[in-house]
Amino acid sequence: MTMKDQPYLNVKGRIFDIQRYSIHDGIGIRTIVFLKGCALRCRWCCNPESQNYEMEEMTLNGRRKVCGQDITVREVMETVKRDMPYYSRSNGGLTLSGGESLLQIDFAEALLRAGKDLGVNTALESMGYADFSKIRRILPFLDTYLYDIKHMDPKKHKEWCGKENTLMVENARRVAESRRTELIIRVPVIPGFNDTEKEILDIAHFADSLPGVEEIHLLPYHNFGEGKYSGLMRPYPMGDAKTPSPEKMLLFKGSVERETNLRCQIGG
Amino acid sequence: MKRYNSEPVKKSERITRLVQHLFHKMPEIEAARAELITESYMETEEFPETTRKALAFNHILKNLPIIIRPEELIVGSTTIAPRGCQTYPEFSYEWLEAEFDTVEHRSADPFYISEDTKRRLKAVNPYWKGKTTSELARAYMAPETIRAMEHNVFTPGNYYYNGVGHVNVHYDRVINEGLEGIMNRASSELSRLTVCDSEYAVKRRFLEAVIISCNAVCEYAKRYSALAKEEAAKEGNEKRKAELLKISEVCAHVPLHPARTFHEACQAFWFVQQTLQIESSGHSISPGRFDQYMYPYYEADIKKGIMTREEAQELIDCVWVKLNDLNKCRDALSAEGFAGYSLFQNLIVGGQTVEGEDATNDLSFMCLDATKHVFLPQPSISIRVWNGSSHDLLLRAAEVTRTGIGFPAYYNDEIIIPSMMKRGIPESDARNYSIIGCVEPHVPGKEDGWHDAAFFNMVRPLEMVFSNGYDKGEEASIHTGDVTKFSSYEEFKAAYKKQMDYNIALLVNANNAIDRAHAERSPLPFESALIDDCIGKGKPLQSGGAVYSFTGPQGFGIANVADSLYTVKKLVFEEKAFTLSELKRAMEMNFGKGFDEITARETAEEAAKAVREKGGEVTEKLIRDVISDVLNMELPADEKQRYEEIWQMIDDLPKYGNDVDEVDLIAREAAYYYTKPLPEYKNPRGGIFQAGLYPVSANVPLGAQTGATPDGRLAHMPVADGVSPTNGKDLHGPTASCNSVARLDHADASNGTLFNMKIHPTAMSGEKGLENFVSLVRGFFDQKGMHMQFNVVDKETLLDAQKNPEKYRGLVVRVAGYSALFTTLSKSLQDDIIRRTAQGQYR
Repeated sequence: MTMKDQPYLNVKGRIFDIQRYSIHDGIGIRTIVFLKGCALRCRWCCNPESQNYEMEEMTLNGRRKVCGQDITVREVMETVKRDMPYYSRSNGGLTLSGGESLLQIDFAEALLRAGKDLGVNTALESMGYADFSKIRRILPFLDTYLYDIKHMDPKKHKEWCGKENTLMVENARRVAESRRTELIIRVPVIPGFNDTEKEILDIAHFADSLPGVEEIHLLPYHNFGEGKYSGLMRPYPMGDAKTPSPEKMLLFKGSVERETNLRCQIGG
Repeated sequence: MKRYNSEPVKKSERITRLVQHLFHKMPEIEAARAELITESYMETEEFPETTRKALAFNHILKNLPIIIRPEELIVGSTTIAPRGCQTYPEFSYEWLEAEFDTVEHRSADPFYISEDTKRRLKAVNPYWKGKTTSELARAYMAPETIRAMEHNVFTPGNYYYNGVGHVNVHYDRVINEGLEGIMNRASSELSRLTVCDSEYAVKRRFLEAVIISCNAVCEYAKRYSALAKEEAAKEGNEKRKAELLKISEVCAHVPLHPARTFHEACQAFWFVQQTLQIESSGHSISPGRFDQYMYPYYEADIKKGIMTREEAQELIDCVWVKLNDLNKCRDALSAEGFAGYSLFQNLIVGGQTVEGEDATNDLSFMCLDATKHVFLPQPSISIRVWNGSSHDLLLRAAEVTRTGIGFPAYYNDEIIIPSMMKRGIPESDARNYSIIGCVEPHVPGKEDGWHDAAFFNMVRPLEMVFSNGYDKGEEASIHTGDVTKFSSYEEFKAAYKKQMDYNIALLVNANNAIDRAHAERSPLPFESALIDDCIGKGKPLQSGGAVYSFTGPQGFGIANVADSLYTVKKLVFEEKAFTLSELKRAMEMNFGKGFDEITARETAEEAAKAVREKGGEVTEKLIRDVISDVLNMELPADEKQRYEEIWQMIDDLPKYGNDVDEVDLIAREAAYYYTKPLPEYKNPRGGIFQAGLYPVSANVPLGAQTGATPDGRLAHMPVADGVSPTNGKDLHGPTASCNSVARLDHADASNGTLFNMKIHPTAMSGEKGLENFVSLVRGFFDQKGMHMQFNVVDKETLLDAQKNPEKYRGLVVRVAGYSALFTTLSKSLQDDIIRRTAQGQYR
C-alpha cells in the first residue's frame, strides 16, 4: 500500500497553526503543528487561542482572524513534506504542540505515524494529560517527548494551571519506564510560581529519578502572548510580570547541573 | 586525521590600529593620477593606443606619490589619504565636474574634494573631451538604444562611464614565477613573431606593452623598497625599524621574482591587486581563491618553522585592511546602485580542487577569521559549498554570518559547475571557478566575463505592455497593442515577451557599443598580461584575448513580474474580479493611495513639454501649480474605494516566496523571459551573452523610476532584489522562501543569481543555531539553489520594521524557545525585543 492509500491519512483534527522552520522544539529544523484544545489553563500561556477546542475569533493588529481549522492528516502532511530537504540535512522533522495534543489522540497518533512513514524525526510537546493507555498508542511513532512539568506541588499546580499535577507526574514516570522514546523534561520558569531554586530543583530531582532522562530545559517566562489576550478580549493574567534575568536562569542551570546528573539547557 | 588545522588565532593589536587609521577621516578624491595620465597622453599622440596605455601606466607608477602608513606590513597605497580615490578621465569625467560641489554631501558614498584638487582636475579634464570611452560608446549605439536608456528600461552605466574590471587574474602566476616569468613569455612570443604575420602590428605593440607594464609594476615596488629603507633609517623604534627593513627586502624581490615566503607572496599579491586598479578604474577585480594559491607558501613557511600561525594570520589581516584602502568614486546614481564604498573584491574559500576533491585548508579558516578581525566591507568574502564540503568550515562561515556583517555569501558548486559547463567551459576549469564582484561565477586567469554589464529592470517592459510602448508621453518601446483589449492571459504574456525581447536586443546593442569603445580606447596591457591567453594570442583582453569571453548583464524584479503575471492570470482572466482596463487605471492612480513627489515632478515636466511644443512659455508658477495639484489631488470617493479594493484583492493573493507552486512556476517562467534570449547573442570579443539575476542595490534607485505595478507595488517603491521574494511578502519563514527561490532555473542564469535572506541573530544562537543554519543553506542547495547571503537583522532593522511594518511582515524573531512574527507583536513587546537584540542577551 502506498502512503497515499493509508486510511489514517484521512483522520481529521483541529489545529490553529502550522509553523515551518522551527528550531527550538526538538532536534534540527522542524515543522510544528499546533493542535487546538487544552486541559489546563496556565496563567502564563503564550498561546491562549490554543486553549478552547471551539473555533474563535482573534483580532491582531486590526485584522480579525479565525483561530482553528479542521484538517486531515494528509493535508497537514502536504505542508510538512515541503521541508524534507531541511529535515534530512538537520535530522529534523515534525513536532506536535498545542494545546494538549493528547486530547485529540486519534489525530495525534495518525500525524506521528505519517511523520515516521515519511522517515523524519518526530517530537511531541505535551504535559502528558491523558490516560496512559492513550499515550501508549503514540509511543511507537515518537522519537522525542518534550514533556512539560511545571511544578511538583499539586496544590500550587492547581492554583496556577487549573488542575492538579498528579496524573501528569505519574505519566512522566510511565513514559520513562516504557523506554520507547527519548524523554526530555521542560520547565517553564514563571515569576511568582516556580522561580525559586527549591522549586526548580524539586522538578530536576524528579526528572533525574526517571530512568533514561538525561536532559532538562528551563524555558524563561516571556510575555509574547499578551497581545493575543486582548485580541481574544480576555484579561492578561500575568499583569506586568518580568522575564527572569539571564543571571537568574544561569543560576538555576548551575544548581540543576550541580545537584543532578542532568544536562540543563536554557531555552528550547 | 584532519587535513587542516582550524584552530582560531587571536587578532593582533596592530590590526585594530591599522583599521582605526584607515577610517580616521572621510575618503578623499586626489588628482595625481589624472594629471599623470594626461601628461603622458599629450606626449604620445603618435603611438598606437596599446602603447600609449602602457607608457601612461609606466608614467603614473613612476610618479604617483607613495606612502607607507603607520605600522603597515603590506605596503602600496594608491592615494596619500587613506581610502582615497584617484580619477580616471579617460573613461569619463563630465559627471564628476558636474558633481564637484555635491559629491561631499551626497547621501550615498560621499567623498571630500579640496578646492585645489578641483582646480587641478579642471585643468587636465578638457584634454579628454571627445576622447573618452563613453563618448565613443554613445556614438556606436543605435538611436532606439539611447531612447530605451533614457526611459530607464536598462542602464549599462558601469562600463559606460568606467573601466571594466570584473576579472580574477593569475595572481598565482605572479607569485610563483614573478613578473619576470611573464615578461620572458612575452619576449619569447615577440622573438618568434615574423614580420610577415598578418597581425604583426597588433601583436608586436601589445607584447611590448605587456613588458613595459610589467616592468613598471616592478619599478613601482622598488620605489616602496627604497622608501621603506629610508624610513627605517629614521625610525627610532627598533621593532618597527626591523619591520621596515623587512618590507624593503620584500619589495626589492617581489613581484619581479618568484615569492620565497608567505610574506612575499602576500606582498606580490597586493602589488598586483593595487596596480590593476591604477591601470583602470574597473571595480570587482577579485582575488578569487586566495586560500588555494597562497597555501603552498603558508605550508612551506610553517614547516620550515620560519613563520608562526599568528604571524600568518596577521599578514592575512593586513592584506584585508589594504583591500579597504582602495576606493572608487562613482557618479551619484551609480553610487546609489553600488552603495557602501564597495569595490566588490570577491575572495572565495573552500570548494573543490580541479580534481574534484575538497579544497579546504588552514587558510580557508584563517581567511574567514580575518574578516571577523577587521570587520570591514572588503574583501567581499564568499564560500563555495559542495556535497563534500568540510562541515567545520561551514560552521566557521556561519559564525561569521552570525556577527551580522553580511558575509560570507554561500555558493553552490553543485549547480554552478554544471551551469558553467553548459556554456562550454570544460570540467576542470569549471571546478576551479571563483566569484567576481557580487555573485558572478568565473574561471580564474582565463576569462573576461564582462559580468555586471548592465542593470535590466524587468518590470519596465511590463509597464510598456500597459502603455503600449509609450512612456511619459513619448514613444519609448515597440507597440504591443491596447492592453485593455487583450482577451486572454496568454495574449498578455505574449505581449510581455515581445516587450522583453525588443528591449533585450537593445541592451545587447548598448553593451556591444561599449565593448567596441573599450577595445579601441582602453586596451589594458597589464591586466591582459595576467589572463590567458592574451600573450599567446598577441592581443589584449579587450579585443578577445581571453580563453573565455562573455557579456553578463543582470536582470532583476523577478518577484514583481511573477506576482504581476499571477494577478493578471488569476484576478483578471480566471476570477474576472476586475478588467485589465480597471487595473491599468488603478495603477495609473497608484491604487488610490496618493501620489508622491516623483509623480508630481514627472507630470509637471510633461505639462511643460506640452506647453513648449505649442510654442508657449513655461513659467515657474506653472510647474509649481502642477506639482501642487498632483500632490493634493483628491479622487472621487467611489473611485478611490474601488482602487483600494483592487489593491486589497491583489494583496490577498499568494505571492512568490511562499512555496506556492502555481506562483513559483510563473516566477520560473518570468526568469526565462530574460535568461533564454541572451545566450543567442554574441559580443565583439567572440563570446556570448549570459544572464545574471541580481541587482546589487540598484533595485532601489531604479525602482524609483518605475510606476505602480500589477502586483500591488506602489509607484517608485523598490523593485524586488535579485531572485528574492518581495520584501515582507514571504510569510512562511525561511524554508518556504528558499523552496520558492529554488524553483527558478538557476543554472540558466550562469552569470549568477542573488538571494538575500533576513534572519534574526537569535535563530543562530549557540552551536545548535549554527548547525541549523548550515542545514538551511544545505537544504536550499540540495534543491539546486545557487547563492544565498544573509542579513542577520540588527536593532536598526527592527526599529525600521516598527516604523514600516508592511515591509517586514515575514520577519520572524525568535527568543528563548518562542517564535513570533515581529510585526504582529505589540509596540511595547517590540521595544522589548529591540532592547534584547541590542544587548545580545540571548546570543
